[in-house]
Amino acid sequence: MSRVRDADETTNGADEQLLLRTVDLTRHFRLGGMFSKQILHAVDDFNISIREREIVALVGESGSGKSTVARLIDRLYPPTRGEIYYRNRSIRRLRSRKDLLAYRGEVAMVFQDPFSSFNPVFRVSHGVLRNLALHRPELGRDERKREAQRVFDSVGLNAKLLRRFPYEMSGGERQRVGFAQALAVRPKLILADEPVSMLDVSIRAGVLNMMAGLRDQEGVSLLYITHDLASARYVADRVIVMYAGHQVEAGPTETVLSDPKHPYTQLLLSAVAGSREKEELISADTGEPPRVINPSEGCRFRWRCPHAIEKCAQVTPRPSQVGSVQVACHVAAGDLGDVATPDGASITRGRS
Amino acid sequence: MAESLLEVVDLTVKYLTDTADVCAVDRVSLTVEPGEFLGIVGESGCGKSTLLFGVAQLLSPPGEVTGGQVIFRGTDMVRLNRDELRHMRWRDYSVVMQSAMNALNPMKDIGAQFKDALQAHGRLSAEEIRKRSKEVLALVGIDAVHLGSYPHQLSGGMRQRAMIAMALLFTPELVMMDEPTSALDVVAQRSLMTKIRELQQSLGFAVIFVTHDMSVVSRYSDRVVVMYAGQIVEEATTERIFGKPLHPYTRGLINAFPSVIGPRRELLGIPGSPPDLARPPSGCLFHPRCSDAMPECVTHEPELYRIGDTTVRCLLYADQAREAV
Repeated sequence: MSRVRDADETTNGADEQLLLRTVDLTRHFRLGGMFSKQILHAVDDFNISIREREIVALVGESGSGKSTVARLIDRLYPPTRGEIYYRNRSIRRLRSRKDLLAYRGEVAMVFQDPFSSFNPVFRVSHGVLRNLALHRPELGRDERKREAQRVFDSVGLNAKLLRRFPYEMSGGERQRVGFAQALAVRPKLILADEPVSMLDVSIRAGVLNMMAGLRDQEGVSLLYITHDLASARYVADRVIVMYAGHQVEAGPTETVLSDPKHPYTQLLLSAVAGSREKEELISADTGEPPRVINPSEGCRFRWRCPHAIEKCAQVTPRPSQVGSVQVACHVAAGDLGDVATPDGASITRGRS
Repeated sequence: MAESLLEVVDLTVKYLTDTADVCAVDRVSLTVEPGEFLGIVGESGCGKSTLLFGVAQLLSPPGEVTGGQVIFRGTDMVRLNRDELRHMRWRDYSVVMQSAMNALNPMKDIGAQFKDALQAHGRLSAEEIRKRSKEVLALVGIDAVHLGSYPHQLSGGMRQRAMIAMALLFTPELVMMDEPTSALDVVAQRSLMTKIRELQQSLGFAVIFVTHDMSVVSRYSDRVVVMYAGQIVEEATTERIFGKPLHPYTRGLINAFPSVIGPRRELLGIPGSPPDLARPPSGCLFHPRCSDAMPECVTHEPELYRIGDTTVRCLLYADQAREAV
């Protein structure tokens, strides 16, 4: 079984649409002091590609490393290993202030918590105007004001709200301000880290619709990080499922969700209320947290996996192409090694 | 009909502040039958947690019950003093808080916290305490070794399970839960809910379950109360609420959820945000956000109308209710 990379068909800049890709992106954290031997593997050998005008959903439970991926792309911290290419240029090589500003002008981040990501002593216009002054110095004072009104308008906020303080706004409005701040710099890619998880259900729909609108009208790509498969299905073109720092499944949203191949994706899907099948998957699940501190070789899902075979403990599964999706699972890929199980055949067929 | 386990009559809770009295729970009446799973849903700020605290007599100033009764097994809990309430807590009813992280004592291991609760209600030998603690932990599916664990050593899901185990120490007749699963992952959430439902059916206690998540309610509860701005706007069986929602707000809540099955449909959500209860709107409290608002909604405050086995607070149904009478 050959190893398939997400970006294989798009290397050498052949794909004009390709915005960002990562190659074996890895980030480890040392726990405890300098001489501690405990290394937490937050993200291991992660490959992702994002094209223009595309919403990619990164789905996983807390601690799966999905936020770390966004922070690596945002250069909040450097990768331990691996590269991130933005328009075929490694972002590790961005050193000068000019290059960095340019990168940050194209890739913007929206944080999860709209209640703690604004400076409470400034009006909400402050962040937007400051971004404009930094990234679009050609604009004059009045133009900046007009532009701020325009981005507020595009996220569905009344321009009058620019004069409000964060505490005077509701969670949904603040999250929209977060998007407006990001949009002010005219980004090509917005990294949205669980933008709706702290919001009320009635407001969520509005923010999700706004995200789809940004893609369709402003031509922005989004990396949408979430643990909610249903909302991923609602807005995303492609979905990537992460578990314990590894990509376990990736592909077009409808394909992945209608016929999940990886046992973890199946578990996640059955956990979403609304799907009435596979109750037994949940009852059987131990809910054991993944072991990502000094992990040994082998599949990291094997302790919870109903289909685990001997090979799963010996060889870490790599993403391999099965139909139009990529699955990192020995059993689903039919790569059973020496050990064949009757279970193995049934799981590749997916849900019946 | 047998006597209800809990009967809340016109319960009103106000937050008494210097500038204004905020009516967070407005004349709410509801009943809970023995062994029933009642879901209370609404957006944040609709008064659902305040209602639960009002029922459990856990309000602290400036919150205060200003009217109504909470009749639990024949006694009005609003009139009981602190000592009398203390005897009932844990034993007759228990409360599971939203965040177990804050509800458990970080300085004590799980076993010590169970012991505290058990000793508060009678003299038990160390052996009996140990036995009972092990039993309840086994009920929620946690290994007995974790009696010696501190909260920080447990995962979020396990902490929530430990809280539920604690609530079951005396097998009370009523367990009130305030969003016990909202801080958890989808998988942990689902397995915890399945566990709660399983225990509730095998042990036979009643549950009042407060949440903002319609999908949780649709799966597990027998009856649903929908709250908006401190008032009940609709109450019916779960099938009825989801099969044929009457109130525009209920319809909005249901339509705000994306689904993983079936065709993809446009999510509408509910425009605007809940009203400021210090300055409530006139007439129907929902009219500024309502897509079906009529001129009289601005001037007339709707009552709770009974339509078949549903009660609904919306003027759309006023005529229908009058005809039925």
